[in-house]
Amino acid sequence: MNAADPIVEVHGLRRVFDVSAPFLSRLIAREPRRTLTAVDGADFTILRGETFGLVGESGSGKSTLARMVVGLLEASQGRVLIEGVDLAGTGDKAARRAIRRRIQMIFQDPYASLNPRWRVGDIIAEPIRAFGAGGAGAGPGKRATVARVGELLELVGLHPADGRKFPHEFSGGQRQRIAIARAIAAQPDFIVCDEPTSALDVSIQAQILNLMRDLQDRLGLTYLLITHNLAVVRFMASRVGVMYLGRLVEIGETEALFARPRHPYTRMLLDAVPDLMMSGRPRTPIGGEPPNPIDPPPGCPFHPRCPQAIAICRTERPAFIDNVACHLAHDERQN
Amino acid sequence: MSEIAAEPEGASRPNRTFIARLKDSDLLASFLSSKVTVAAGAVTIILFLAALLAPWIAPTDPFNPATNFLSDSLDPPSFIAGGDPRFLLGTDDQGRDMLSAILYGLRVSLAIGFCGVALGGAIGVGLGLISGYAGGWTDSILMRIADVQLTFPAILIALLLDGVAHAMLKAQSRDESAFAVLVVSIGLSFWVQYARTVRASTMVEKNRDYVLAARLIGLSHARILISHILPNVMGPVMVIATINLALAIITEATLSFLGVGLPPTEPSLGTLIRIGQNYLFSGEWWIVAFPSLTLAALVLAVNLLGDWLRDALNPRLK
Repeated sequence: MNAADPIVEVHGLRRVFDVSAPFLSRLIAREPRRTLTAVDGADFTILRGETFGLVGESGSGKSTLARMVVGLLEASQGRVLIEGVDLAGTGDKAARRAIRRRIQMIFQDPYASLNPRWRVGDIIAEPIRAFGAGGAGAGPGKRATVARVGELLELVGLHPADGRKFPHEFSGGQRQRIAIARAIAAQPDFIVCDEPTSALDVSIQAQILNLMRDLQDRLGLTYLLITHNLAVVRFMASRVGVMYLGRLVEIGETEALFARPRHPYTRMLLDAVPDLMMSGRPRTPIGGEPPNPIDPPPGCPFHPRCPQAIAICRTERPAFIDNVACHLAHDERQN
Repeated sequence: MSEIAAEPEGASRPNRTFIARLKDSDLLASFLSSKVTVAAGAVTIILFLAALLAPWIAPTDPFNPATNFLSDSLDPPSFIAGGDPRFLLGTDDQGRDMLSAILYGLRVSLAIGFCGVALGGAIGVGLGLISGYAGGWTDSILMRIADVQLTFPAILIALLLDGVAHAMLKAQSRDESAFAVLVVSIGLSFWVQYARTVRASTMVEKNRDYVLAARLIGLSHARILISHILPNVMGPVMVIATINLALAIITEATLSFLGVGLPPTEPSLGTLIRIGQNYLFSGEWWIVAFPSLTLAALVLAVNLLGDWLRDALNPRLK
């Protein structure tokens, strides 16, 4: 990996949702506004050409974070820099537009991510027409677009003639291939993959992951891979971030993190996975459920479920130092 | 930017002909599976063709005073005693051939129905899309306007518009404005249904991943609404439009019957019924009966087609 070349920098990203009841009901019941902090101060960097995995339980804020990174959702606080350009910034509009086409996304549900009324060829051609094949200026001619769509379909393992069909004529795995073809049609550098395989049959998942790795090698792509499947992360990612209740609790190189987890939550996640390690150590399920993010516990958000929690965990929120947010890990390092 | 607006290109065109695709479509199979639907379809097509071809198939031109003679007035239908063989369905008080008058009246009724539904649909679909997509205050304001609109029946709107048109226009242009008054009042009283349906579907569609993908490409909101969301919300709109066509024709007939609608010189089915009911008690039943039967057949057939379309397009009933 080229360690000196960050493509995405996320600084103190935070997203708060207003989940209050409608104004009138709130007034009648004399309730205050209620807010939900889905992502609470995320900081990380993604290097060019790597796959950064983001794991966490349902509701840990992974998808919200992903949507902020691609610019679909505004951040309440913090910044996302893509190659040093702030997408939400007020600066150079042309630069932001140029950057935007180099970020694409692959969605979880391939049944919802393709417009059912459009032919596959049109779906894939849309980014080509919108952005133009080479870059600035008008799009390519019709013939060039058709040829490009055919190439893209072949690249993802489909037949060029499939462009004439409608999405409902394809299986889930084939649809996900189409979604990947649409994403790379814009000639992106960076693709956010939000649970790209979790809606697919297990037998298809490996094919899609292999396709993604193959495309990464060929096109020099950078991935942000969001998943709750540790096996997928281990197969795909070079570095992993672990999220818990909207916060990143640990970031590390994949092998190091799997071999020597530092945060107790990471350790518990790994322990809960059946026969991933084949190490023979006993599996321990994670006790309890994640707390309600509308009303998070004071101190470290993980302390109610943490078997090693000490007094300071209940009162003081651990800072994210040296790639881990845990009082115990910080103490260990100091000693 | 011109390329963005380009049509789908060659590679994506259907490779089968329209007829070939129609032959094995589910819609056609479900249409043919019900005798009632096929009958309704046949009646609708016959009445539409009759209306369309009225100038060529009508025995006389009811609008031409030179061919109408008062001496022929109130002749009974040709198949009963005292009937004139020239007038199959008899004549009205001005000596007009009822069959011709009905054919031309059907034409006017259908034209007003289609225009009214098109206007209501255009307003409703447009506002529904904006309301559902924008949400927030825009949505609240548009939906409250819709609520207020629902409190005005079509008749009231037509009376209001008619009054305004009377006050503003000279006497001779009043008759010409009658068509527009009817279309606008039907359109205004029907748009709410479309708006509410489209708004609800739009709110569902706008959060689907394909819309997010389109936003990532950087398409404008207007373009996303028109090329991505609109095609996906049109199914229910077509059903409402079909059922509303029947309602619009009835509304037009009601308004014309009440005298707000078209003048007797340019009779629609409703106008013919209004003229006819003056003679109902003096025994000239055919003037009111035949236009009424035509109206009933048309509305029933279109309604049945609408019901079928609603069921055929509902995936839960398959």
